[in-house]
Amino acid sequence: MKYTFEMLLLAVGAFLALIGAGFAQDRPFGAHMWVLFFVLIGGAIVLMRRTEFRPAIAGRAPAPQSEYFDEVVKYGVIATMAWGVVGFLVGVVIALQLAFPDLNIEPWFNFGRVRPLHTSAVIFAFGGNALIATSFYVVQRTSRARLFGGDLAWFVFWGYQLFIVMAATGYLLGITQSREYAEPEWYVDLWLTIVWVAYLAVFLGTILKRKEPHIYVANWFYLSFIVTIAMLHVVNNLAVPVSFLGSKSYSAFSGVQDALTQWWYGHNAVGFFLTAGFLAMMYYFIPKQVNRPVYSYRLSIIHFWALIFMYIWAGPHHLHYTALPDWAQTLGMVFSVMLWMPSWGGMINGLMTLSGAWDKVRTDPIVRMMVMAVAFYGMATFEGPMMSIKTVNSLSHYTDWTIGHVHSGALGWNGLITFGAIYYLVPKLWNRERLYSVRMINWHFWLATLGIVVYAAVMWVAGIQQGLMWREYDDQGFLVYSFAETVAAMFPYYVMRAVGGALFLAGALIMAFNITMTILGRVREEEPILGAAPVAQLAE
Amino acid sequence: MSILDRHAILERNATLLLVGSLLVVSVGGIVEIAPLFYLENTIEKVEGMRPYSPLELAGRNIYVREGCYVCHSQMIRPFRDEVERYGHYSLAAESMYDHPFQWGSKRTGPDLARVGDRYSNEWHVQHMIEPRSVVPESVMPSYAFLKATPLDVKDVAMSLKANRAVGVPYTDEMIDNALSDLKAQADPNADTSGIEARYPKAKLGDFDGDPQKLTEMDALVAYLQMLGTLVDFSTYDDTTGYR
Amino acid sequence: METYTAMRHFADSWGLLAMTVFFLAVVLFVFRPGARKAAQQAAIIPFVEESARHAGGKPLHTFPHAARKED
Repeated sequence: MKYTFEMLLLAVGAFLALIGAGFAQDRPFGAHMWVLFFVLIGGAIVLMRRTEFRPAIAGRAPAPQSEYFDEVVKYGVIATMAWGVVGFLVGVVIALQLAFPDLNIEPWFNFGRVRPLHTSAVIFAFGGNALIATSFYVVQRTSRARLFGGDLAWFVFWGYQLFIVMAATGYLLGITQSREYAEPEWYVDLWLTIVWVAYLAVFLGTILKRKEPHIYVANWFYLSFIVTIAMLHVVNNLAVPVSFLGSKSYSAFSGVQDALTQWWYGHNAVGFFLTAGFLAMMYYFIPKQVNRPVYSYRLSIIHFWALIFMYIWAGPHHLHYTALPDWAQTLGMVFSVMLWMPSWGGMINGLMTLSGAWDKVRTDPIVRMMVMAVAFYGMATFEGPMMSIKTVNSLSHYTDWTIGHVHSGALGWNGLITFGAIYYLVPKLWNRERLYSVRMINWHFWLATLGIVVYAAVMWVAGIQQGLMWREYDDQGFLVYSFAETVAAMFPYYVMRAVGGALFLAGALIMAFNITMTILGRVREEEPILGAAPVAQLAE
Repeated sequence: MSILDRHAILERNATLLLVGSLLVVSVGGIVEIAPLFYLENTIEKVEGMRPYSPLELAGRNIYVREGCYVCHSQMIRPFRDEVERYGHYSLAAESMYDHPFQWGSKRTGPDLARVGDRYSNEWHVQHMIEPRSVVPESVMPSYAFLKATPLDVKDVAMSLKANRAVGVPYTDEMIDNALSDLKAQADPNADTSGIEARYPKAKLGDFDGDPQKLTEMDALVAYLQMLGTLVDFSTYDDTTGYR
Repeated sequence: METYTAMRHFADSWGLLAMTVFFLAVVLFVFRPGARKAAQQAAIIPFVEESARHAGGKPLHTFPHAARKED
């Protein structure tokens, strides 16, 4: 293989990074450009070592167009797993930092810099790679066509990894816009925009050349996720940089408008990145794993349109009782409560796909994981609308209840459905008869579930206690607790929360081991799970 | 072609699906965000708001850089307990020059919207260096390095210009004097008549306990000490705040 | 206050009515009897790919559960 063009591109990029480092306006930007330089040079060296000096004619023929392009999906699966472990690990670390503040190492590893690293690693690195990998897998199979654009898919994958590395190192260096879940600064945002347009081109191009008359509903969800994230990303990150060789920029909006723009983005990062995209996974992998078509295809159409229409309105519920005008708050609350319906419509559609095959929950740990994911989706999408009611929000806002809520969604729904999809994908992609160990999935399932339950329950109690302590009055009409006392009261909960997170991390490590062994082609000698496949087939 | 067959068109045409979903997801944002820019009752009329002084802006940039918003809100809600704990509830006008806003979403630490003038400069500096020496229950990380880091003042005028480009009313005079204003605000011996005229109510003098050096600690404390102190609430009528 | 009041009035009356009617129309449209066949075809797409492999490239629409009654 020759990578002349790619190497040239990397070398030019590295050169530009070097110039950026040399002429940097501020210290963080200089350091960031050095990081970029070493990453690009490293990439160029890796490509150089892979070059084969054979005449072009003797080189490998390009893969036939009839074959699926799965190599990039394999890389995506490995990246998902690796970033997942990193993201969960950082989560446990910052959970411990809140309990034991001496674990902060200033300036690079202080909580304020590491927490965005955790959220971005889990949402964008783990979740984003899962979405890119599964969307490339699903769109090919449901379109019966090879990915559009050839090596463009590689650009999407590696470009996205570069975005992750630049975002993560930027946070530690103190380069941030302070917009939650949109922290990367202007130049990293511009890079992501380019990668995202390429992603849209690959995905849409594949749908356009499909051999199937219909577009399967999973692709609707993937497509709306890609296009909506593009819109949100561009609008929310509008900013004026101080210098084109500096890291700092100032948001185009200010105060109340800026707040609503940010939470319009922030809530729909949840709505489209973490919901629509992952629902696409649900609509493909659950039917495949239980070997039945989705319960009601027409319900899924309503689910799609209602969900994408309503989600966009829900942003203001992050700003209840703030200086945002009341009408906007109320509108946000009403749509958030209505959102409960399409969410549960989708949940029921996913769960009822199992009707007639419920025994698989007992016999197939992958199905069990997927079902638990959908159950957590249902739970989180009930809790969310409830917390968006203004009176409830007046207690829950600013407390750890919110943290518990996002984790029951992120760990329970996004985490478990991704794990299920990866367990499904790995034997297929690497052409293995089965996973290294099916029993280990069982271990993973229980560790993860227990971890989430501990985490969510502890944060629920902590948040409500916190909220009540803040507003508690004594008989004389004085506030009972100083703020510092409410901080001290959180200590046991913060410790228990870290334990919950560690359980979840332990499960992910078992998975990483299981996946690695499967890819290496090993098979573990073990007893089959009671009532598993052979018996079930006889019954049919 | 009957209307009932049109469904198939949408379902089978990827471009149409793309445009259709983009239209559907645009509605909510347009209806909710666009009016905030022109409805006259979004931001109250108040007296006292002014752009940040160059030193305060530099301090604010450090506040943003260190991710303080992750644990501290700057948005007091109109509840009895919050108003008693933190002061008058926050007005939209008070963050009208905030690019970006720092309202926050979590209170691991207390709200900071009106922390200005509540504690002495010495308290803030000690609290940054070793939080648990002044608040034993605190879980805040230590920020001792701020006192050892000289403030980067190179691009202060450019920062003001960038802010003007996004709508903050910095005058030419403010931009021309940016660097000298920044230095004068933290220098106890400087002539401060210019900065007091340009930035009324600005806190003056040494902030970090070392008048010889201009550090990041100076800037951050200058920013914290002005938070929530600008609006003159004696002239503000609460009933006009109803929106 | 003028624009605000006018817009609020519209949102609380005709705007609300239009959205409700549109939603109901979409639901009725999707669940109209004529759409059943198309939905069934689309629902089995994930399984067509495997069947195709067995039948040597020719799509085979004989998935056992495809005939399951929709809804």
